[in-house]
Amino acid sequence: MNARLSLTLILLALVTASALGVVYTRHQSRSLAVELGELENARDEIIAEWSRLQLEQAWLADASHVESKARRELGMDQPADTEILVVEP
Amino acid sequence: MSAQNDITVPVMRLYAFLAIVLLAALGLAARAFNLQITETDFLKEQGEARFMREVEVPVRRGNILDRNGEPLAVSTPVDSVWVNPGELLQSPEDIARLAAVLGADADEIQRRLTQRAQREFVWLKRRLHPDLAAQIQALNLPGVFLQKEYRRFYPAGEVAAHVIGFTNIDDIGQEGLELAYNDWLQGKPGVKRVIRDRLGRTVEHAELIRESVPGQELQLTIDRRLQYLAYRELKRTVLKHGARSGTVVVLDIDTGEVLAMVNWPSYNPNQPSIDSEGLRNRAVTDVYEPGSVMKPFSIASALEAGIVTPDTPIDTTPGRISIGGYTISDHHNYGPLDVTRVITKSSNVGATKIALELDSEQMWNTYDRLGFGNVTGTGFPGESAGVLRNHKRWRRVEQATLSYGYGLSVTTLQLASAFAAVADDGKMRRPSLIKGADNPAVSAIEPRIARQVAAMLETVTGPEGTGKSARVSNYRVSGKTGTSRKASAAGYASRYIGSFAGYAPSSDPKLVCVVVVNDPTGDEYYGGQVAAPLFSTVMGGALRLLDIAPDDYQRVLAYRTSRILGQSEPGTKGGQP
Repeated sequence: MNARLSLTLILLALVTASALGVVYTRHQSRSLAVELGELENARDEIIAEWSRLQLEQAWLADASHVESKARRELGMDQPADTEILVVEP
Repeated sequence: MSAQNDITVPVMRLYAFLAIVLLAALGLAARAFNLQITETDFLKEQGEARFMREVEVPVRRGNILDRNGEPLAVSTPVDSVWVNPGELLQSPEDIARLAAVLGADADEIQRRLTQRAQREFVWLKRRLHPDLAAQIQALNLPGVFLQKEYRRFYPAGEVAAHVIGFTNIDDIGQEGLELAYNDWLQGKPGVKRVIRDRLGRTVEHAELIRESVPGQELQLTIDRRLQYLAYRELKRTVLKHGARSGTVVVLDIDTGEVLAMVNWPSYNPNQPSIDSEGLRNRAVTDVYEPGSVMKPFSIASALEAGIVTPDTPIDTTPGRISIGGYTISDHHNYGPLDVTRVITKSSNVGATKIALELDSEQMWNTYDRLGFGNVTGTGFPGESAGVLRNHKRWRRVEQATLSYGYGLSVTTLQLASAFAAVADDGKMRRPSLIKGADNPAVSAIEPRIARQVAAMLETVTGPEGTGKSARVSNYRVSGKTGTSRKASAAGYASRYIGSFAGYAPSSDPKLVCVVVVNDPTGDEYYGGQVAAPLFSTVMGGALRLLDIAPDDYQRVLAYRTSRILGQSEPGTKGGQP
């Protein structure tokens, strides 16, 4: 009789512990899912920012843009043939 | 009897009642079995459908880069606004506010939404400016939603428009390499199942149904700097000569890679207009009769057959020749020439006389090996193979005209590829637009023959040649001019195509460049006048950009140093390296 009661109690304790464990892992999985979502969003945002920076860089480095700036603002010009000094490698 | 009956009736009733109860119980059990066992999947699905949603995981289209990793096409997320008509139509003042922000007509929106009132999803405006999207977000109207979409930008704009092409509003390639490599660039959107609450917020990711495959990058062989240079100079030349269109192609001889491919007119791929005349990549889609730039190949065929050597005398007097009632003439009477000077002077009579000695199959064979009449194999959409009729159907006069580039049609890219073969000891490579493509060289003509033709081509930019304006200072340049009359319905019109095909440095060829100027309307229309100067600027700039040393840089070095040091003290000039 005593043995049966203690077995029941042990099983009850185990069931309770397992139930709590389920609750805990469930909660953890949800909060991790939320975190994953946030990180994915952050990643997408960074990729988007990268593509915007690439575009900006490409526009700034555009040859026609650079050429007109060099010619107008810096007064640069293509050196004439006679002005180029060839350096031996 | 009656007593017996009295008992019998209740027993009957009892049985009847029992039967009914049993039947009802059986019915319940059957229904329970039905729900629990047979229809369980369907019901579970229906239940989950109330809160489970399958959501598409969007993927970004891969970027297109030039050979140095500079972006040529980049996708970046922008917002598009969509509405649920049923929800929005309930408050007309919201429509008015939305219309004000979008700068649209409220009545127009009202009408559109009323027509589609049964739907739950209607695009209102796609690819908004980020500021506009922020304003709409701030309004926070019920039934109005923003959806992230990717928009494609082309920083090089019209300069590389023909090669790259563009995508439509749904991000699917429509032209050029965007079309040819659509699957590679596009990737595959994934699907995931999520649990959502009553307000549509995602509570839990249930499972990933299909992994998303992001679009892959595509690296081209195009050099953006060269592409820009070629485009700028082509545009200048075409406008100067009032030409209808023009094309420049630059190839790397050692690899067959296309370094630049530009056409004029062009268009802005960021806002393409579909019916534009400038949409075609003329370098690969348009064919024309090349004219004299073909002469080196008919001469190569004659050299292969062994019927002439570079020094064989050819008498072109009196500057005309008649074949089957058709007269072929030169610009001047060049008198007695040799085979080399037939190329130098570009004599039609000389080329004809040589070609008529040739077996037609031999000549066809040489042209065929050099790629004429065959697609180059770049995989570019709409690439033309040109037209080279089979030698069995050549008449004598056709064989004559084929020797100086009439009676067949070619693309600019085919010409570039064939000239690259002459420059590279007869080795033919498939031109490629995608970096890392495997292009094994195939021998098209014997190295000995190729070198003989190459030596003739160098005389074209020499003192007696037709292509003097193709020269690039400090470099040796070889090439061939071409001026062809355009065929029209009423025979050959007095409209022309001026071209120049050549390569440099002649002692160790690195780059081949073909320039075609279509229908120049000014006084100048010869290839040597309109195309050769353009060749010179593009080739000169390309050699400098790619750090290719002059043929004889030691001599240039000595000459330059003495001149500059003679003029001023060392250090004051060229002090900055």
